[in-house]
Amino acid sequence: MALEDICCFKDKPTQQLFPFPALETDYHNLELERLKTSQTNWGDPQHIFIPPFPQATPFISRRTSRFRPPNHALTVQRPFPLSHGTTTLGFIFQGGVIAAADTRASAGGLVACPAVHKITPIHSHLVVTSSGSGADCMLWERILIREIRLYELRHKRRLSIRASAKLLSFMLHPFKGTDVCVALTLCGWEKEGPQVIYVCSDGARLQGDIISVGSGSPYAYGVLDGGLSWGLSKEEAISLAREAVFRATHRDAYSGNNVDLFHIDAQGWIQRPREDLKEEYYRELERRSKRRREKKKRDTIESS
Amino acid sequence: EMLSAQGFGGPGKMKEYHYAGAVENRFSPYAFNGGTDTTVIGCSGFHGDCLTLTKIIDARLKMYKHSNNKTMTSGAIAAMLSTILYSRRFFPYYVYNIIGGLDEEGKGAVYSFDPVGSYQRDTYKAGGSASAMLQPLLDNQIGFKNMEGVQHLPLTQEKAVQLVKDVFISAAERDVYTGDALRVCVITKDGINEQTIPLRKD
Repeated sequence: MALEDICCFKDKPTQQLFPFPALETDYHNLELERLKTSQTNWGDPQHIFIPPFPQATPFISRRTSRFRPPNHALTVQRPFPLSHGTTTLGFIFQGGVIAAADTRASAGGLVACPAVHKITPIHSHLVVTSSGSGADCMLWERILIREIRLYELRHKRRLSIRASAKLLSFMLHPFKGTDVCVALTLCGWEKEGPQVIYVCSDGARLQGDIISVGSGSPYAYGVLDGGLSWGLSKEEAISLAREAVFRATHRDAYSGNNVDLFHIDAQGWIQRPREDLKEEYYRELERRSKRRREKKKRDTIESS
Repeated sequence: EMLSAQGFGGPGKMKEYHYAGAVENRFSPYAFNGGTDTTVIGCSGFHGDCLTLTKIIDARLKMYKHSNNKTMTSGAIAAMLSTILYSRRFFPYYVYNIIGGLDEEGKGAVYSFDPVGSYQRDTYKAGGSASAMLQPLLDNQIGFKNMEGVQHLPLTQEKAVQLVKDVFISAAERDVYTGDALRVCVITKDGINEQTIPLRKD
């Protein structure tokens, strides 16, 4: 197609045909391929080694090639769990965008790290929250940051948020159907106003007013839907976001520890200091006991 | 096999790195000097992948040195290792890595990895087969977590080495895969100091 040729974007099949042609695969991670292709505009963002033998096809379950090996029972399971599970959210209001996330990385049943950064700034007015597999998100964020910066340097203007989301979605497309699990929310401010866009490795690309992703997202959505309106003040919006993450971490096993909050407005992003949700829990207990005491006092006054 | 690394930017400006070696009566070290005076990398998991990965890192360190005329900093090694691990996303190196070293300011830095390349800079981390047992202990002793009203005394080098020896002795008691010997590498601005301490041999 003409457009494909101009953009040099070809839908690369990740599964190789059998018997395999002798390809220059970067088996030893010496990155010689990348050094050669870095001169072109649209080189491979990251050379990813696709194992060339049939036993690895469970990782790459895309095209049914007519050379598919007959023995489907040969599955190679990964012997270790990857970090997964989170609560992240982003919403827009009159004062900009709020992006919030918890900080727990779980691998199977173990908390792999209680203090992970799930919100990463891309440039001064764009922040991305990550959810899904930790390694995938980290690397794809890095690739996205690099590509956006390269675009900025080459074309002397910044990519819009919708264009960045499109770019990310197209870069992830070759890995659709594979094990890559990336669900990123791009939250940012541009001259059209605040925007929140959700990009997923399954191919989804959605713009919205409220986006919450992760295993704790149903709980967060409940709190956000209850309290969100366009006219919120900055402090109200921040406390709403914090409350949403707090409730989600309470109910979801895979979210927890601290909450990271970013606020993006016309001047750029500001990171709030990381707050331990343990303190929030005790404050909540305090508030509840105070309410109970006051209610009891009122009841005794009314009855007397 | 198990290893742990602690780093702290305390007054001594040093960083420690320790590992336990040996599988099947052989002493096979799991830590290797990253070709620099300020970084040590430790790998636990599948030993074949550990060996290959260390060879690849060695080659990449040399390539960097020859093309950029300077040694890689700990942060740079960590970022590079992350991309190396991720390039094998669909057929991963089954290795849990921990990098310990000094950063540009001379403070201790510990970077811990998962098998596909996600990494994080920490103050302390335990990795390997006994990591689930030892990480809480490190959280408590070095991070002073889960305790109320305690004085946060900065960790000295002697105390840190003793703590790590204790940690590994406990690991050898309760984890079948940990034992035989312990090799401790203490990295300070003066260089890397290595000691070998025997552990339970069963």
